[in-house]
Amino acid sequence: MIPLHLYLLVSAGLFCMGIYGVLARRNAVAILMGIELMLNAVNINLVAFWRYISPESLNGQVFAIFVFAVAAAEAAVGLALIISIYRNRETVIAEDVNILKW
Amino acid sequence: MTLETLVWLIPLPPLLAFFVILLFTRGNKRISDLVSVASILLTWVISIIVLIGALGTFHLGENPIITQIVWLPLGESVETSLTMGALVDPLGAVMLFFVPLTATMIFIYSTGYMASGHYWTEVKGEAHGEDHESDEHHEVVVDDAGRKLTQFDATKWKARFMAFISLFAGAMLILSIADSLLLLFVGWEIMGLCSYLLIGFWHNRVYPNQPNRTTPLKAGIKAFMTTRVGDVFMLLGIAWLYSVTGTLNFRETLYSGEMLLALEAPAFPTLGQSVPLLAGLSIAGSISILLFIGTVGKSAQFPLHTWLPDAMEGPTPVSAMIHAATMVSAGVYLLIRMFPLITVGWHGHGYPPAMKVIAGVGAFTALFAATISIAQRDVKKVLAYSTISQLGYMVAAVGIGAYIAAAFHLMTHAIFKALLFMGSGSVIHAVEHGEQHAHHEGHHFPIDFDAQDMFNMGGLWSRIPVTAWTFLVGGMALSGFPLITAGFWSKDEILADAWLHAPVVFFVLAAAAFLTGFYTMRQIGLTFAGKPRTHAAEEATQRDWRMNLPLIVLAVFGVVAGYVGVHEDFPLLGRLFGGNPFHHFVSQTLLESPEVALFDWTPVLLSVIVAVGGLLVGWLVYVRRPLEVGEADPLKKVLGPLYTLFENKYYFDELYEVAFIRPSQWLARQIYEVIDRGMIDGLLHFIARSTEWWAFRNKDFDTGVVNRGVDSMAEGIGEASDSFKYVQSGRIQQYLAVVAAGVLMLAAVFIWALFLH
Repeated sequence: MIPLHLYLLVSAGLFCMGIYGVLARRNAVAILMGIELMLNAVNINLVAFWRYISPESLNGQVFAIFVFAVAAAEAAVGLALIISIYRNRETVIAEDVNILKW
Repeated sequence: MTLETLVWLIPLPPLLAFFVILLFTRGNKRISDLVSVASILLTWVISIIVLIGALGTFHLGENPIITQIVWLPLGESVETSLTMGALVDPLGAVMLFFVPLTATMIFIYSTGYMASGHYWTEVKGEAHGEDHESDEHHEVVVDDAGRKLTQFDATKWKARFMAFISLFAGAMLILSIADSLLLLFVGWEIMGLCSYLLIGFWHNRVYPNQPNRTTPLKAGIKAFMTTRVGDVFMLLGIAWLYSVTGTLNFRETLYSGEMLLALEAPAFPTLGQSVPLLAGLSIAGSISILLFIGTVGKSAQFPLHTWLPDAMEGPTPVSAMIHAATMVSAGVYLLIRMFPLITVGWHGHGYPPAMKVIAGVGAFTALFAATISIAQRDVKKVLAYSTISQLGYMVAAVGIGAYIAAAFHLMTHAIFKALLFMGSGSVIHAVEHGEQHAHHEGHHFPIDFDAQDMFNMGGLWSRIPVTAWTFLVGGMALSGFPLITAGFWSKDEILADAWLHAPVVFFVLAAAAFLTGFYTMRQIGLTFAGKPRTHAAEEATQRDWRMNLPLIVLAVFGVVAGYVGVHEDFPLLGRLFGGNPFHHFVSQTLLESPEVALFDWTPVLLSVIVAVGGLLVGWLVYVRRPLEVGEADPLKKVLGPLYTLFENKYYFDELYEVAFIRPSQWLARQIYEVIDRGMIDGLLHFIARSTEWWAFRNKDFDTGVVNRGVDSMAEGIGEASDSFKYVQSGRIQQYLAVVAAGVLMLAAVFIWALFLH
């Protein structure tokens, strides 16, 4: 059986890729995609911990399904926001949308 | 209803009428006339009932009609409290005879007199068109003094006039039935107020081309101020009497032998030793002199006489009522009322000082005013000075102890002087009417035509016969035409008493009687005799029954009222008229009835000679050959500079102007400048300025320290915030990077704390 720490390493790598995407990409859709990566990294963690530590309860799986549902809803809302921004300002570049400042 | 209750009701109707008119019927002249005349008629009826009751009472002097209530409780017992009450003794009954009678006649006369007429008034400002409420639009004239004048409707305030004379009549009746000096003083002061209100009734009247002539406004103030001088002294007398006796009730003070004896003590026991003038003065005498000064003011005796002639600026019914029949009589009434007090220390020979003063002032005034009267042009001024002179007679009569004669002359004078004043009012009315009439017919009249100047009259006998005949009756009564007039009997009684007790007073009064006859005839001659001297006199008419009826009624009384006081021993007539019932009736008022002076032919004949002599001289000068148009007074040639002196009233007005008015104005101005402006205003200004200074210092602290501190604090925070604000860049990824860094740091802390520690 593949040891737990390998799953955790994959998950951490995925999370870092997600963070990098969120912080470094200019396109808002790409940022959203980075967030999805981070969420999925968390899901891998959740499922891995469930399988290795407490397989008798369904907590980890249920929690992961909740995260999927929330991520889907978040992606829908996020994309709607991006479309709305695009319609108003004709851009999806996050750093151009900076009117909420000093 | 008992007589006691009825006495209370006597002054009530006119007082009620005053309030009813002012509060409800002011807008309607006709109803106001009706209310006031009805009220005085009711009063007259009640007084007649009381009078009949009083005449039917056995020994009214000992059993007068008395009611009283406690008014102002003072001290611990009822005796020291001030009471208010009504008293009808024989003297009061005399007042109740002539006061309502003349008042009623004057009320009826007023409704006619105040129903027409115009006078000049000054136009104030530009917008006179709006606030001039008169229906008629009168043209504006400019007089020599540069004032803009217009005609003003004299009837505009008639309802108010009726209200004022109602109040006046009520006050006079209060005074007449008063049982104490205090209530008498109340009525006295209300009359003073009414006198002021009524003299100045036409307060916006001015005389074209005569800017210095006394206007009603000034005359009212003058009357009020002058009588006030007397009233202050009178109040002092009242206070002194109260402090000595503890009561002001007439019966308790004046009809108690013990009380009067106590008042005989010297007033200034220590001061009298060093000042001989005060040595002979008893307490009663001092109080009498103080009260007498009140009389001097009210009855216009020398030296406070100057207000009465100017009071003629009031409408003529006012002159008749206040300045002839009632108010000025109140002063004499007070003297007669206080007679027992005045005569304390008089035992038939040797007058006490107070009586000497009173007799001297009275006799002097009688002669002094008569001399002024002979040189007056104004028909009412003649009567005004004549009134002063006649009041002087009464005062002198009290001064020489002729108590009943004074009361008698008071009654007859009120009747015939009211008659004469109303007659003169009728004359003025007729001439004013004639002036209007002639004006309409195209005759040009100067705007300063004086309808009261006797030299603008003449020939009125055929124009206004009722007035002329009644005026003749009044004039004869005034000058004491023998046997058929009331004035003869009353004046004769005074002269007889004077002959017996004080020959000096007799000669002075006899001289005054001569002048009285003369100026009366002069007045009748100038007014009624000969041919009209102006168009106004030519066209003069007066046919108002409301004015003629009172004249006729008073003319009848002017003849018959004298017959109640004919001396018992007068041949034929004495027996015929019941042997001097007036004397026997009034003499009961006193504790000891004065004896009837023995009948003596000498004073009677002398008084007849002077009266008829005066009339005869007047007739020779003014009636036998009436004055022509523009002719000067023939008296001017005869008397020369004396005439000017008389005409200008001995320059008393000018003297008082220089001696009293200017100094008091100067003093008032100085006090105003120094005390009011300098000290009081100065103190206030100082407080204001120092407060202001302190406030400005506070303001500086506020702006400098408090505000600046708070402001700089706010500015500092603002600047600091400014430099921090760039954190808020609006770039989402920056925020996230910070969050990530924060999370990393937290993670590092956790890891260090949990594992590496």
